[in-house]
Amino acid sequence: MSSDTSSAQAIGDVEGVSLYDVDNPAPYIEAPRKRTGKTPRSTRGNFEMAAWLFMRLSGIVLVVLVIGHLLIQLVLDGGVSKIGFAFVAGRWASPFWQVWDLLMLWLAMLHGTNGLRTVINDYAERANTRLWLKGLLYTATVFTIILGTLVIFTFDPNIR
Amino acid sequence: MPAGTLYRGREGMWSWVAHRVTGVLIFFFLFVHVLDTALVRVSPEAYDDVVATYKTPIVALLEYGLVAAILFHALNGLRVIAVDFWSKGPRLQKQMLWGVMIIWIILMIGALYPVLGHAAAELFGK
Repeated sequence: MSSDTSSAQAIGDVEGVSLYDVDNPAPYIEAPRKRTGKTPRSTRGNFEMAAWLFMRLSGIVLVVLVIGHLLIQLVLDGGVSKIGFAFVAGRWASPFWQVWDLLMLWLAMLHGTNGLRTVINDYAERANTRLWLKGLLYTATVFTIILGTLVIFTFDPNIR
Repeated sequence: MPAGTLYRGREGMWSWVAHRVTGVLIFFFLFVHVLDTALVRVSPEAYDDVVATYKTPIVALLEYGLVAAILFHALNGLRVIAVDFWSKGPRLQKQMLWGVMIIWIILMIGALYPVLGHAAAELFGK
């Protein structure tokens, strides 16, 4: 390996003689995948990234809201035995718990809907099946969020 | 199928499976739960009637299962966030899963009496 690495002989004809010089420059080759005026505009946006981030942010908030909810409803002060209309009326007399439950409803529903959307995309192989399952999912989600929101805002402790 | 070709995964895959299963279960309960709570707009009696079923021993056992699913999903969700955002997260994902399981077991033991105590009292007497 020693004989032909030492001298100019190692440089072949192609490397030795340039086809181009200052007066005759090489043609400019555009960088691959460079965005130009002809590049089609992305039609997808960043929805999937936003959904991914939403799962993590809402997840952190839901850990606090839901575990607090479980403590109040199932653990403290007699657990589930104390729950009844009067208990609900007592809690929703306070705007703090109204906001707590409203936030929990919206975040949990959107977090769960996005989770199930992912599950449907993963396992429903036919495009039509995905369409129908997601249509059903979004319908149920909108219905449940509206119903729950109305219940919190229109609650009447003197209904009877 | 030839033996040994089925991918059975390890901690990472099984925690992913458990996260999906618990998530879907919790979500279906959430629909039911919003509907039963909506009965407060019908009448106090209608609401109290339905809540009475939540206080039976069998449903208490289901509630314990719900608590189990929620606590696992919450703790493992925090682990997923740590894997995604913490520089050491991916390397420590396995250890974090064992941490999740240990905390989960402790919390589930803590939830035994508060969630199931009234059912045990009803079944076996005080």
